[in-house]
Amino acid sequence: MELRVTDLSCRRGGILVLKGVNFALRSGQALVLRGPNGVGKTTLLRTIAGLQPAASGDVTSPDDAIAYAGHADGLKAALTVRDNLNFWASAYGTKDITPALQAFDLAPLLDRQAQDLSAGQKRRLGLARMVVTGRSIWIFDEPTVSLDTHNTQLFADMVRKHLTNGGIALLATHINLGLPDAESLDLSSFRALAESQAETDDAFLAEGF
Amino acid sequence: MSIWEYANPVRFMRTSAVLLPWVSVGAALCLSVGLIWGFFFTPDDYRQGSTVKIIYLHVPSAMMAINIWAMMLVTSLIWVIRRHHVSVLAAKAAAPIGAIMTMIALATGAIWGQPMWGTWWEWDPRLTAFLILFLFYLGYIALWAALENPDTAADLTSIVCLVGSVFAVISRYAINFWNQGLHQGASLSLDAEENVSDVFWQPLVLCIVGFILLFVALLLVRTRTEIRARRLMALKLRERTA
Amino acid sequence: MRALLRRDLALAVRAGGGFGLSLAFFLILVTLVPFGVGPQSELLGRIAPGILWVGALLACLLSLDRLFQLDWEDGSLDLLAVSPLPMEGVVATKALAHWLTTGLPLTIAAPLFGVLLNLPIPGYLWLFLSLLIGTPALSVIGSFGAALTVGLKRGGLLLSLLVLPLYVPTLIFGAEVVRRAVDGMTLLTSLAMLGGITMAAWALLPFAAAAAIRINLR
Repeated sequence: MELRVTDLSCRRGGILVLKGVNFALRSGQALVLRGPNGVGKTTLLRTIAGLQPAASGDVTSPDDAIAYAGHADGLKAALTVRDNLNFWASAYGTKDITPALQAFDLAPLLDRQAQDLSAGQKRRLGLARMVVTGRSIWIFDEPTVSLDTHNTQLFADMVRKHLTNGGIALLATHINLGLPDAESLDLSSFRALAESQAETDDAFLAEGF
Repeated sequence: MSIWEYANPVRFMRTSAVLLPWVSVGAALCLSVGLIWGFFFTPDDYRQGSTVKIIYLHVPSAMMAINIWAMMLVTSLIWVIRRHHVSVLAAKAAAPIGAIMTMIALATGAIWGQPMWGTWWEWDPRLTAFLILFLFYLGYIALWAALENPDTAADLTSIVCLVGSVFAVISRYAINFWNQGLHQGASLSLDAEENVSDVFWQPLVLCIVGFILLFVALLLVRTRTEIRARRLMALKLRERTA
Repeated sequence: MRALLRRDLALAVRAGGGFGLSLAFFLILVTLVPFGVGPQSELLGRIAPGILWVGALLACLLSLDRLFQLDWEDGSLDLLAVSPLPMEGVVATKALAHWLTTGLPLTIAAPLFGVLLNLPIPGYLWLFLSLLIGTPALSVIGSFGAALTVGLKRGGLLLSLLVLPLYVPTLIFGAEVVRRAVDGMTLLTSLAMLGGITMAAWALLPFAAAAAIRINLR
């Protein structure tokens, strides 16, 4: 299994932010995206997840392999932890939510409504959701926000376990998770230059008006 | 050379700059001759008296109101299929003109209806259909105004135009069913016995041509403005990211 | 898909879901009309079919802007978009949930409100049936409008402007069925048209709405 990104360019709000991104990840590999705020980490992750079209280039992966966790956890405040997880489990056609509960120690909170959870607990629930998807390529956008050191460790363990099971992980984070052989990629070098700006607007930037 | 080259903004700006004066003069000529001829040099109708002369505004504006929406549908589809910016900007530029044409048709209809039917407003199928068409125009314009990203706005308004067209046809049928109405049949058709007679017909055709040219002239001006606005946006964007 | 339906129903019924709100709105509307037009029962009976249909339509509209907005705000719309569920199915399921929590209760309550407006006896059965057939169209047309305006902060008003004109055919045929029933006329054509519009809307609009959501997400 492989996630391959070839010559990918991404746009945010009509502006080209990244250009010529290339990397490939095989089973068991993780890649950490780095770079200053606004460089386009979220945009790249959303493009790879298929939420927005690429300006150019390709993302190739096996069908139905990608699971995505963004800034927002997508939790329903009025539902319990159990109902939240169960919903995503059935959306992805998996049944068992116990591994997800174990990964983040959520069992004691099982019947708590999501609105009664602390920010860190919500985040844990949002991350545990990735386990129930049963997908092999995990994409995380700033996963460790509002997690304490202990839970950051749990998260790193979860990803490590996923990798040993042959999964792939792609993360945007500023924290060192201590993942073995995780490569990191600084996106600053792919920053799109002003000259190559916004192909859609090319026609409007031509001379001769 | 293919027709798609006009979808290039630069090309469009150049061609439209040449066309614009001619079309404008043509519109002014047709409209002034047609309206003066129609208002002052045609006899009064034996039944409707001089009120019939509002036909020279009413019929052309009503025709334009419908056809402008049809044009917007075509240009929106061209955008969806071929992603030509000028095409969707033309649709955006045409919408307010269409809305105004609909308003003229409604207002002249009301003014004509007062002496004819004895009422300013009647929930007659044709009038009602035009009112609904006016609402469609408003929705379309409002959606353009509400969305910030131009490509998102272009895509969404195109979908609205497409879905709206389907519903407009259904509404037309539903309204006919709902009320049979007072309105006379279409004023221009090839077979109808009650077609308006030649004396009225000739200036009317001139007025229709005038309205079409007026629309084209306004459309060119507005599309040029939209293209310039878009260019301004792109230039600012480039400046900010430089 | 069934899980999504169950989730949306649960959310609508729980606190803050606004389940009874549209029903209460419908009641208020029906209460206000006699204050506006006067208490003559004969007049009220004559306009009752129209008032009840317009009332159902407005009550339906009331909860539409929440249809995708909440999922958009908490990020679950993104997650649904990358999930195995097809967006068309998500739209159709959410529209169905909307109908079950607004259209259906309105349909069941409408004959009761008909009493308040002195709806003539032959109208009740057909009021119920026409709403039962017609309100699903209101939900799915509304979901299209909600999909268009999902990214907008103040989309509610625009949503009404976009959606209400699309409601015209449904309103015309729906109210026509009840009026014809009251007058003892044949009503099968109107009823067939109403059903046709509902089915066509359910067959086609989820695609348009899904396309609009995908555009809004990018």
